[in-house]
Amino acid sequence: MSETTVSRRGMLKTGVAAGAGVALPTIFTASSAAAYTNEPTGSTVTLGFNVPQTGPYADEGADELRAYELAVEHLNGGGDGGMMGTFSSKALQGNGILGKKVEFVTGDTQTKSDAARASAKSMIEKDGAVMITGGSSSGVAIAVQGLCQEAGVIFMAGLTHSNDTTGKDKKANGFRHFFNGYMSGAALAPVLKSLYGDDRKAYHLTADYTWGWTQQESIAAATEALGWETVNNVLTPLAATDFSSYIAPVLNSGADVLVLNHYGGNMVNSLTNAVQFGLREKEVNGKNFEIVVPLFSRLMARGAGENIKNIVGSTNWHWSLQDEGSKAFVKSFGTKYGFPPSQAAHTVYCQTLLYADACERAGTFNPCGVAEALEGFEFDGLGNGPTLYRAEDHQCFKDVLVVKGKENPTSEFDLLEVVEVTPAAQVTYEPDHPMFAGGNLGECNPGA
Amino acid sequence: MFGLNSKDTRLLLIVAALCLFAPFLLNPFPEGSELAQFNAGYPDLMQRFVIFGIFAIGFNILFGLTGYLSFGHAAFLGVGSYSAVWMFKLLGYNVLPGIVLSVIVAGLFSLLIGFISLRRSGIYFSILTLAFAQMSFAMAYSVLTPITNGETGLQVYTDDPQFLMGANSPNVPHLFGLQMNATYKMELGAWLFQFNAGYYLCAIIMLVMFYLAVRIFRSPFGIMLRAVKTNQNRMNFTGLNSRPYTLAAFVISGMYAGLAGGLMASMDPLAGAERMQWTASGEVVLMTILGGAGTLIGPVLGAGFIKYFENIFSKINDSVLHGWFAFLPDGLEDFVVAILHPFVGKGWHLTLGILFMLVVIFLPGGLIEGGQRVARLFRRKKQTPDGKDPEHHPKPAPHVAE
Repeated sequence: MSETTVSRRGMLKTGVAAGAGVALPTIFTASSAAAYTNEPTGSTVTLGFNVPQTGPYADEGADELRAYELAVEHLNGGGDGGMMGTFSSKALQGNGILGKKVEFVTGDTQTKSDAARASAKSMIEKDGAVMITGGSSSGVAIAVQGLCQEAGVIFMAGLTHSNDTTGKDKKANGFRHFFNGYMSGAALAPVLKSLYGDDRKAYHLTADYTWGWTQQESIAAATEALGWETVNNVLTPLAATDFSSYIAPVLNSGADVLVLNHYGGNMVNSLTNAVQFGLREKEVNGKNFEIVVPLFSRLMARGAGENIKNIVGSTNWHWSLQDEGSKAFVKSFGTKYGFPPSQAAHTVYCQTLLYADACERAGTFNPCGVAEALEGFEFDGLGNGPTLYRAEDHQCFKDVLVVKGKENPTSEFDLLEVVEVTPAAQVTYEPDHPMFAGGNLGECNPGA
Repeated sequence: MFGLNSKDTRLLLIVAALCLFAPFLLNPFPEGSELAQFNAGYPDLMQRFVIFGIFAIGFNILFGLTGYLSFGHAAFLGVGSYSAVWMFKLLGYNVLPGIVLSVIVAGLFSLLIGFISLRRSGIYFSILTLAFAQMSFAMAYSVLTPITNGETGLQVYTDDPQFLMGANSPNVPHLFGLQMNATYKMELGAWLFQFNAGYYLCAIIMLVMFYLAVRIFRSPFGIMLRAVKTNQNRMNFTGLNSRPYTLAAFVISGMYAGLAGGLMASMDPLAGAERMQWTASGEVVLMTILGGAGTLIGPVLGAGFIKYFENIFSKINDSVLHGWFAFLPDGLEDFVVAILHPFVGKGWHLTLGILFMLVVIFLPGGLIEGGQRVARLFRRKKQTPDGKDPEHHPKPAPHVAE
């Protein structure tokens, strides 16, 4: 069967041919003449909305997509303009971005880093997206942020709460409007102290990925500063749907507070399990057993139903806020979809507007110009009060809401009540804070 | 040529031509037209086509030849990816060490798993491999986090050592300076064709791997593997020990998977644990069966099909559908969109599932059989000259011992 005889001469020939083959494609390195990746040349500009449409965060993803569509409508001059009317920067005209009509493509991240990157890549390479935004998981957001840095497009992070997104894994092309684990801890601690006292034993259940780790670290640090003791921290897989086996050991641990560092479907399931086990009626160490969910959202509250009542957590934004920006956004979202927006919808809507505004002010879509316009940008009127986009780590600093599940909800959306608005100054930290250290923004990359 | 008979040479040349002209073939629709949605000629997807082609070719060496159905091949893919990314982290962005190490590590890993799993055959073998793969996945996700970076996925950071990295080495994966993401864009009228360096590297490697697979299929070793599939008992009764052959096939296909994993990481320097999940293992089984198990080119076709559905159909959303059917009256437009909605976007699995069912029911030999049937329609001449009936299969061996 084998009819080959490898001669020395043949071997040499093959070697030379292979060498030439390897050297040949260097002609490819001379890319096209565009100034930056996917420079929009026609009358339209394409944005890429990369959200989870399947998986544990699918609810959040669906709401994000609604907000993106609303933002595009407003940017193109449709609808009632939403928060464009209340936004402190008046650069946006309602004629698209820099006169170009805004178009968008969507993709499914599946809440998996691999799938999210594949989807973002196809948006950049095939559809010519000049900005990627979205993500409802910090793991995904970090992965896509890295990709955008390499490809030379701007990444406007959506729902990502891990310290690492603008800490260890921060990138020059990535920006985050949402708050983070450290801020949750700083905002929650005083409220927890006034509600539950300063000598408590906390048991943590934590989603096993970057967000869970950093949030757990932040909450543990903030509560330990109050005098609380952290009894145990158990990591749970993101894909888990039944948490009974994790709840049972809590009963015998001597802890009197359960901290659920879970989000989305995870949190709905773990809270339901905890309530089924009767944790909330228990009394430990002479105190009522309490459950804390550091990161809260209305979508989760709806999923958890009755169980959410009186449970304390923090959130980025809530639709019941009474400032002009929030009212305008809730009104236009409600008119279009018939129900109020979630915090995920709010943050991605803001991000889209902030990006568009930065392009207008910079006068270009070039990622470096846009980044410069966003860095150190101070604005107001987007529902969180005066906000700063810090240049050192591309993180927004604004007020944080501490909320709790409402005792007597008046409607299926009225599930959370705001306990306290923690001012931005109280949750601000130094860019080189130990929980955020180790990263490097690097240089902005315009690609091409 | 190359020690192949003329038929195989022709096949190899066809595959080579397809790879070379893929940027043209996959972009048949002009940029900006409605049908541009179906274009697949962009670097990321073309890379996936050939990389999963390699994965499926390797899987076919095991499944197609010996009939051993491994449900854990994604583990080797994942291990390959992790090794490659570690090479990037430690040595630098040159892809060569990463690819070499990914093949070696996957080979060793498959030797270990194969040695244990091949003690059983049939369903027990499948379950064992599945168990090992799920174990690897769970470990990469949790206890091995220091090595795998858990759910976040292993990435290269600016503060990694990268010992071989020079001052002006490119900061993306490259082969001796040739950047993997370098793309030459050619505009021809309304068309835009993209020639990507990474794709061509993968394509060349796939051709080499394809050639290797052809040689294995036609070698005495390949005949041995087929003998295992046909009747392993009979083979054992003749005094032959089939274990070394199956183990060799297992390791070879594991190395193919590792190579695919290493290439994946070279194209996009991130390795996530999801690559090892059982769904990923199932995917390669689907690819092979969809294309035609035991045929040479079938698995490559199957891989292309599945990746096409995953990347193109999943991106058709309702607004795209509305764009297509805008010419219809409003009510009818909404109706048509509502009908098509479950089959596109996040419903691409449904479309693929239906396609898979149709193929398995009507074309048990996969897409290849479909192609052969069509070909037979066009040249129906001198059927069965020596009296052989093509529908005649050897009867199953009677169980004498019973």
